[in-house]
Amino acid sequence: MSKYIATRAIRGANALVTEAEIMLNKALKEKGADTPVSFPNTAYYLPTILGMTGKAVEKLGDLQPVLKYARDLLHPIPAFAKWTPYLGETLDSGMATLLAAEAIEAIRFVYGLQPEPMPGFKLAGGTSFTSPDNSLTPSPLPLGEGAGGEGRLNGPIDDIQLRSWGIQLVDGRMPGFAAIVGCAKSNEVAVKIVRELQRRNILCFLSGNVNGRSIIHQLMEEGVELGYDTYTVPFGTDTISAIYALGFATRSALTFGGLKPGQSREILLYNKERVFAFVLALGEVDDLKYAAAAGAINFGFPVIADTVIPEILPTGVTTYEHVVSMPFNQIEGRDDLERAERLVQKCIEVRGVKVKVSNVDVPVPYGSAFEGEVVRKADLRVEFGGKHSRAFEYLYMAKLDEVTDGKIEVIGPDFSAVEPQGHMDLGIVIKVAGRQMQQDFEPVLERQVHYFVNGASGIQHVGQRDIAWIRISNAAADKGFNLEHFGKVLHARFHEDFGAIVDKVEVTIVTDPTLHAEWLEKARAAYDYRNKRLADLTDDKVDEFYSCTLCQSFAPNHVCVVSPERLGLCGAYNWLDCKASFSINPTGPNQPIKLGKQLDDRKGYWQGTNDYAKIGSHGVVQEVSMYSIMENPMTACGCFECIVMLIPEANGVMVVSREDTSMTPAGMTFSTLAGIAGGGLQTPGVMGVGKYYLISPKFISADGGFKRVVWMSSVLKETMKDEFRAVCEREGDPDLLDKIADERNVTTVEELLAWLEAHNHPAMAMEPMF
Amino acid sequence: MPKKREIKEYSTDPAAQEMLIRADELGIGTAFTRADHMVPCNIGGAGMCCKQCGMGPCRLTKSGETGVCGATLDTIQARNLTRAIAAGGAAHSDHGRDMAFLLKAAANGEAEGYSIRDVAKLRIVASKYGIKIEGRAPEEIANDLAELYISQFGQQRGEVVPAIRAPKKRQQLWREQKVWPRGVDREVVEALHRTHIGDDQDPAHILNHAIRTALADGWGGSMIATDVSDILFGTPAPILGQANLGVIKEDMVNVVVHGHEPSLSEMIVAASQDPEIIEYARAAGANGVNLSGICCTANEILMRQGIPAAGNFLHQELAIMTGAVEAMVVDVQCIMQALVGLAQNFHTKIITTSPKVKITGATHIEFDEHKALTIAKQILKTAIDNFKSRETAKVRIPKIKEDVIPGFSHEYINYMLGGSYRASFRPLNDAIMSGRIRGVAAIVGCNNPRSSQDYLHNTVVKELLKQDVLVVQTGCGAIAAGKLGLMLGEAGLSEVGSGLREICETVGIPPVLHMGSCVDNTRILTVLTQMVEDGGLGDDIDQIPAVGLAPEWMSEKALAIATYCVASGAYVIFGGASPVSGMPDRVNDSDLVLKYISEGWEKLYGGKLEFIPDPQKMIEAALAHIDKKRAALGLPAWEKDKFGRSGDARMRELEALPLEVKREAIYGATAD
Repeated sequence: MSKYIATRAIRGANALVTEAEIMLNKALKEKGADTPVSFPNTAYYLPTILGMTGKAVEKLGDLQPVLKYARDLLHPIPAFAKWTPYLGETLDSGMATLLAAEAIEAIRFVYGLQPEPMPGFKLAGGTSFTSPDNSLTPSPLPLGEGAGGEGRLNGPIDDIQLRSWGIQLVDGRMPGFAAIVGCAKSNEVAVKIVRELQRRNILCFLSGNVNGRSIIHQLMEEGVELGYDTYTVPFGTDTISAIYALGFATRSALTFGGLKPGQSREILLYNKERVFAFVLALGEVDDLKYAAAAGAINFGFPVIADTVIPEILPTGVTTYEHVVSMPFNQIEGRDDLERAERLVQKCIEVRGVKVKVSNVDVPVPYGSAFEGEVVRKADLRVEFGGKHSRAFEYLYMAKLDEVTDGKIEVIGPDFSAVEPQGHMDLGIVIKVAGRQMQQDFEPVLERQVHYFVNGASGIQHVGQRDIAWIRISNAAADKGFNLEHFGKVLHARFHEDFGAIVDKVEVTIVTDPTLHAEWLEKARAAYDYRNKRLADLTDDKVDEFYSCTLCQSFAPNHVCVVSPERLGLCGAYNWLDCKASFSINPTGPNQPIKLGKQLDDRKGYWQGTNDYAKIGSHGVVQEVSMYSIMENPMTACGCFECIVMLIPEANGVMVVSREDTSMTPAGMTFSTLAGIAGGGLQTPGVMGVGKYYLISPKFISADGGFKRVVWMSSVLKETMKDEFRAVCEREGDPDLLDKIADERNVTTVEELLAWLEAHNHPAMAMEPMF
Repeated sequence: MPKKREIKEYSTDPAAQEMLIRADELGIGTAFTRADHMVPCNIGGAGMCCKQCGMGPCRLTKSGETGVCGATLDTIQARNLTRAIAAGGAAHSDHGRDMAFLLKAAANGEAEGYSIRDVAKLRIVASKYGIKIEGRAPEEIANDLAELYISQFGQQRGEVVPAIRAPKKRQQLWREQKVWPRGVDREVVEALHRTHIGDDQDPAHILNHAIRTALADGWGGSMIATDVSDILFGTPAPILGQANLGVIKEDMVNVVVHGHEPSLSEMIVAASQDPEIIEYARAAGANGVNLSGICCTANEILMRQGIPAAGNFLHQELAIMTGAVEAMVVDVQCIMQALVGLAQNFHTKIITTSPKVKITGATHIEFDEHKALTIAKQILKTAIDNFKSRETAKVRIPKIKEDVIPGFSHEYINYMLGGSYRASFRPLNDAIMSGRIRGVAAIVGCNNPRSSQDYLHNTVVKELLKQDVLVVQTGCGAIAAGKLGLMLGEAGLSEVGSGLREICETVGIPPVLHMGSCVDNTRILTVLTQMVEDGGLGDDIDQIPAVGLAPEWMSEKALAIATYCVASGAYVIFGGASPVSGMPDRVNDSDLVLKYISEGWEKLYGGKLEFIPDPQKMIEAALAHIDKKRAALGLPAWEKDKFGRSGDARMRELEALPLEVKREAIYGATAD
């Protein structure tokens, strides 16, 4: 700090705590102490308060001791002369500010004032994306009940989104977040700043205003999509809503770091060391912004301002500089856009964010922040696949001399002749070669097409293989994006990400109808072959599994053991992926585990897996069973796709999807359950898993397998219907899926038992699970 | 006849100069003039006189000469030095023992007026020793801790426990060298035994025990004293106070507390705020009781209560010469016998209070912790009763005083660098590693009338600050810097190098941190240990770019402090004369011991003790050592003005602009 900052921050903190106290007193009078308070869809109550004080706030009355605590953290402002030290005092006052801010937002929720109303505003994307039109599944969160909807800003990020970003946060694809507070010099600058951050896959959290104008207004006016899908989340137009960024940070530590509520110092240090975030203050910095920034510095998050403020360059509480001033007009640059670019570069430098920028030669912005971008019908130039046309992608390996690296060929007409919002057939054929390349890696690489193509702004990719569905927006087409650019993207990204196994990449884009049909047939033959190969690839046919410690940067004691029949719990890494990853980086997070002696084939114990579990978990886990939920189940970090949990009364298990926010028969929602399942702890009866493990023959096979599933979130039942039908056939009970209850008809144990009885579910007659 | 010095050569402190002129007018002698008359014995001063037995004293002045028993020059020097260290350690440790007994009494509700004021510290300290704290009342914990601490003094075998708070590597070293103290008293007794006629006569072997004896002080008795003082009276945190003779007030009953122990002075502070006493003072025609301190008693109540310091060691006589002091209340250590005679020229009563200290001619009101508050009131009433005897014509109070911000306990330093949630030494270590702070200097110790008062202290401090060296101070050295205004945040902006300025401004600290009394040098050991533990500055204290200085030392306690700092890995530079200097120009090899405590100890402990009278050379040696340690750690070499870009200066300039220009200058073009 400096005395200037300390004075303002402490003054701001005192004011905000007083404001919170007044609001609370009013609310207590009007609503009563027992009125429930909560943020939507989180198991972490008011997360900053929970993390920092260990107090679970459930009612308005619970906020009283919190605000008392916040007041005790306050200090008087430094004397004009002969001052006593102020750094520690300012940081404490900053923390008081955060606690008060979260209390205020909670009270606003009680009054229906959060998420902040914003007429005419529509969030980009709900919590999970299944269709370009968002029409195939109902929006999981009704208006006013959670993340946005029409006419409101986002408010706090829910647990579902936190977890679904989990894998990207932990594997480094998403380096961190920028809490942007205030208003940029111009709309053009606002857009540029956000684009620059998106290009680096940095989450943008937007809040605050200067004289009533917020960067949120600026971006809305420029038609920038805001929401989870674009990594650009509008919290609110006041500074207080910036608390949601710190609630997100606190929950990262609780969710992925295995830390417990009240371990404030550990949570803050976790963020300093692992979460690469910073505050970017645009425009005038007032007392409250200084106060909130002081709170953020506790997390190790530095502050960068585009106005003149005192700089604090010594390090320690943050890893690099604490407060940096980069007056916008004094930034060197040809124009404001270049100045905005430099400003973002400075932010990244100050926080030490590790950013990998892909240099892909296409006429639109490129980066994984654009992966979730939606191209709506109104913005659509042309689509390939979907209801009216057929698109496929096929990657195969060839000999080195058969591939011309960098060759991109478009065979057939381009889309210039297609009417607006029209469609055409498309085939993307990729031929790769490399000394380390193996045929088994073909599907691994092929699945990357989804991520690589999606990275281009204005392009949307859904699905894979011959159900691929690609859209090009008007904006992208206007900038000159054409079919050849798919090839450019793929060529660049395969070299960049898979350079260790791929030496040459050649891409052919096929629109010519005859050739399209020919290639599609070849592709389908290959898919069939791969399906068989995958079906044949069972745990007993290999002599090594793979470890996955990708998320140990976030969950230090968790380790996944990935086998051919059990993919990683995040759903992102199967055995072949791990094998490929090991080839690419032999010292990386995926290491082969030599199985050695099999100790128990039913429960899935090997000498090698047990030995590895001890080492990988740093001694926390002693043994791990591959096929049982009841005995030494595998641990989880926090980014699992589903939770499987024992329902003792039903002699079976329920499967809850990450996307399901409703109540389960266990009396807990996914968010609450996740707290039990995550953090690298072994809890018999509870497991976080990848959803494709559900269809594996080895799915809790030691405990009776898929027949044990008595309840399942409907979203899973619907989206994986075909796969489950096949499993039911395999298990010898073709109608099993219909015997499994879901939240539409069963939400309590009593209802569940009645349902199982009525539907004659096999679990009832199976031997006891424990 | 020795040369009498000019008054401005006696002291650099203008308040002191004013009083010394007054002393001249009154024809009163002081330590300053007595120092002129009393030429130090050059043989004893060089450590070459042995008066250990009745066969001597043997004064060795020629090469190869031995004492009657055959003791060589280096044996005699080693014995003399070790005895001084034992005496110094005994003084600190006996203070610590009394504090431990006081804690015991307070825990059992037998100490009138005392309570456990810092329960948090009690719990932290107790838990370091495995004393159960969960679910126990503070008194129960305090009782156990007091028992443990009391036992450290008489312990015969094993290891004194506070030393487990040293860095792991250092503990290992002490065990290897067999110098981990067994019990505080045992090491002092053994030091006296070994140096008796006809015992230990291998200089290195004797000095090895000096190390052990000193460690029993620094990581034993002194550390206990600091811990208990904090537990009973509160761990210091920054507070605004004042220093120098100007704090004495003409319209009030002035009571000056002088000495070292906080047990009595804290009670006098409490009693002085008692309505009964205030009323008693009013009735006597005064506007209340004005307390101030001298020496380390001053430090104790300054850093905890903000009670002003009238001055350091050499101010004790000068305070009386203001003619406005009704009573000077003394306990132990550094109290000049001359006070009684001097006071007879004024109305001032000298009140001795310790059962261990009586001075012929002084009023003795013996302190007893069981009736502390009652006795404190009795003392104050005695002073108030004396107010009527003040001779207004004799009152001369210098109008000189300075504000100070003391109170930098290691606990507060930890807090100030990160607040409640992120408290650590990381920012300090980072600042040293980056080179904003070149290194740390602990400048401690006494005043000595043989040099100009405060001159060596402040010359060294001022120059090191300009060289980006962060200074921490205790004892009389601390008061010297305080009187000069160096213990204010403002000094952190104007009196320092640009890198240090950034740190001072970031944290809001003065560039010179007041860490307490001389017994509190253990706080510096704790800070150094925490710096090691926070990482980046090596794995033991001897690797830290830090240095200890006592430019104006005079007491045996200073030698004990120096030795435990050396044994902890520090380079310690003393100003003034060396007690083991020998006469190398006349007597061959008479500087063997001097070399041993430097090079010899450095090999063993990584720290060394050297005597450098010239302040410029002292500064050069300190900086060279700091730079050497920086280089050894692989840190970038310190560069002048490399840092200093951040802070409020630019903001202050812009804020001063007219409104219409200001907005544009700070915020740029307003947002659309």
